[in-house]
Amino acid sequence: MKARFDIVKRKWWFFGLSLAITVAGLVIFALFGFNLGTDFKAGSRVQLQLNEPVNVGKVRSMLNDIGLSVGEGSITVAGTRGDIAVIRFPTTLSQAQIAKIGAEEKKDFPKSTGDTVDTVDPIVARQTSQKAVWAVLLASLFIVVYMAIRFEYRFAVSGIIALLHDAFIVMAVFAILRLEVDLTFVAAILTIVGYSINDTIVIFDRIRENMNVAKPRSRGELERLVDKSLWQTMSRSINTVVTVLIAAVMLYFFGGQSIHNFTFALIVGLVSGAYSSIFIASPIWVTWRSRKLPKSKPAESVE
Amino acid sequence: MKNRSSRRWGRFGLFFVIICIVVGLTAGTSMKLWNSIPLGLDLKGGFDLLYQIEPTKDHPLTKEGVQAALQAVQLRVDSLGVSSPIIELEDGNRIRVQIAGDFDQNYYQQIIGEQANLEIYGSATLNPKTGKWTPAPKQKPLATGADLKSNSQWATDQNGQNVVTLEFKDPAKWEKITKDYLGKPIYVFLNGNLLTNPVIQSVMYDGKSEISGGDLNTPEKCETLAKQLNAGALPYPLKLVSSTNVGPSLGIASLKATMWAGLAAILLIFLFMLVLYRLAGLIADIALVAYLYLILLTFAGLHVVLTLPGLAALVLGVGMAVDANIITYERIKDEMRNGKSLQSSVIAGNKRALRAIIDSNATTFIAGAVMYWFGQADIRGFAISLMLSIVISLLTAVLLSRAMLLLFTKSNVVNHPWWYGVGKGVVQK
Repeated sequence: MKARFDIVKRKWWFFGLSLAITVAGLVIFALFGFNLGTDFKAGSRVQLQLNEPVNVGKVRSMLNDIGLSVGEGSITVAGTRGDIAVIRFPTTLSQAQIAKIGAEEKKDFPKSTGDTVDTVDPIVARQTSQKAVWAVLLASLFIVVYMAIRFEYRFAVSGIIALLHDAFIVMAVFAILRLEVDLTFVAAILTIVGYSINDTIVIFDRIRENMNVAKPRSRGELERLVDKSLWQTMSRSINTVVTVLIAAVMLYFFGGQSIHNFTFALIVGLVSGAYSSIFIASPIWVTWRSRKLPKSKPAESVE
Repeated sequence: MKNRSSRRWGRFGLFFVIICIVVGLTAGTSMKLWNSIPLGLDLKGGFDLLYQIEPTKDHPLTKEGVQAALQAVQLRVDSLGVSSPIIELEDGNRIRVQIAGDFDQNYYQQIIGEQANLEIYGSATLNPKTGKWTPAPKQKPLATGADLKSNSQWATDQNGQNVVTLEFKDPAKWEKITKDYLGKPIYVFLNGNLLTNPVIQSVMYDGKSEISGGDLNTPEKCETLAKQLNAGALPYPLKLVSSTNVGPSLGIASLKATMWAGLAAILLIFLFMLVLYRLAGLIADIALVAYLYLILLTFAGLHVVLTLPGLAALVLGVGMAVDANIITYERIKDEMRNGKSLQSSVIAGNKRALRAIIDSNATTFIAGAVMYWFGQADIRGFAISLMLSIVISLLTAVLLSRAMLLLFTKSNVVNHPWWYGVGKGVVQK
């Protein structure tokens, strides 16, 4: 057999790398927090699809014309071609004001294809954020319970650590890049929570199977078994994530603007999920499980 | 031997028939199905309004009251004559209204959520400081909007002025009022503001009348009021707590963009499977076509409203649906590497892969269920699509492709492992 990269032996590298990203993310959170969208912050968010490079000054004067003043930095440019203006209002707009914006937009920007306006009341925003946190926690809990029933608790906990790691990395990336966090972001996190564990399960399934064939009697044997299982499932792990990535990348580049951040979150989560399934989940499990076993083999047996 | 060979071609024939059915059905009816799927407001334009029912001091929130408010909103939406609006009660005291399509959003919002409390009083006082009229304290209105028939409409009177016509349910009531107040003014209040205070000129016997004045001066305003009166008063004031408005052309643009993105993704995934697994990949692709068709069928059959996140979930679902194929095929390769024959590898691989497939799909399904449970409109659309696509992909990527692969390998038409994505050198070892 060819010598290959021994993943389990280098587990501390990967733990260290993930820890470093996690700490960096925590620092960013503590310093800046999220760039919260109206879903969580209340107020109004107007998105104008102008279909021409956005001229912020022109958008601002258009809003001034209808009696709306916007603060410095509350108009941002979005879209792959920079043809979308997003305006944030700390207060909620009335339906009459929304109608005015639409009419004015048509006049000032003839190429535009209209707008999307989200308006959220503070109470609703607060409830939404609470719900979002609960949703992610509950989904994780249910998955732990399911895995604990189907496998064993050590698998479940290792899997969940990898999964929360993925969710956290997506959040950290969004915090670092100052991308807007809205309700669809929560949906993306939940999808990652549900999907990133797929690869982990395929690997765990193989470990479980290999354990049944030959029960390892020492740490070294167990580590070798896990490493073998990882490599046996490698092409599966990669190929399955590639197909979903194809879909997510296509949606990111060509799909509708309102799912842009959503698909970006998915892409980050998918990549992180593939990484953590291989380099985090199984190494954690083997570290934990091997504590039950003696350090070296009781007697040198034939391999 | 002849018997064997005929069975072999019979199996191949059946395999071929399955392909024809899947491709034929999809090509023949998918456009029709697609057109019958209702599109959400983010793909078609429209709005999503969330109202909070606000109890007042002397009118606390009751279960019956909430139902009445819901009904009143329903009536108002009905009076707009839109197709498939969504009106739901949320959290016990909120009403969500979703209407998709190209319409005047501001006007619709007024009809749905604004009060039209029409009250006619016999006396009123003018506050000289503010110039505002209020009904004289402690008197009951002579008549309210509830006394009117639901046939008010905008009209112009002989002077060319815009008016709203009224007709009393009980003509005797109007007759009595006009008799009692003959030669005296009456005070018509709309939402607490004095609209007009005409002096009654003659007794009216047919219960018909009309109102005008105040800011009721354009045909649009008259029409709005008439619609609001016809739909009846709202039992509680409604406060708009959240809204999403999407312009119609923007909706269509994002639908088109996402459709193209989805199509490109599907084609790439098709190619990916073909290159990686060759003939087995072709079977996975056919199963994928069946998956797409069944998704269309389910959406059309259940009248699931397709939203932009929902569409994204379907495209992602394509990527996830082939996961089951990949897990199975890699498993089959493993079995072949262990020296099993093609056929027994296919059987063993399918069997052994199933457990991992079920476990991994179950977790995604759990996440979808939680999303549905907690989520609102948009998120729910995504969750439904995700759950449906998991269930359907289990049918097609597991059951259908397994049956096809078994038929195909048993027919023994092509049995070189290369055609199943196994590397050349592997089998001999």
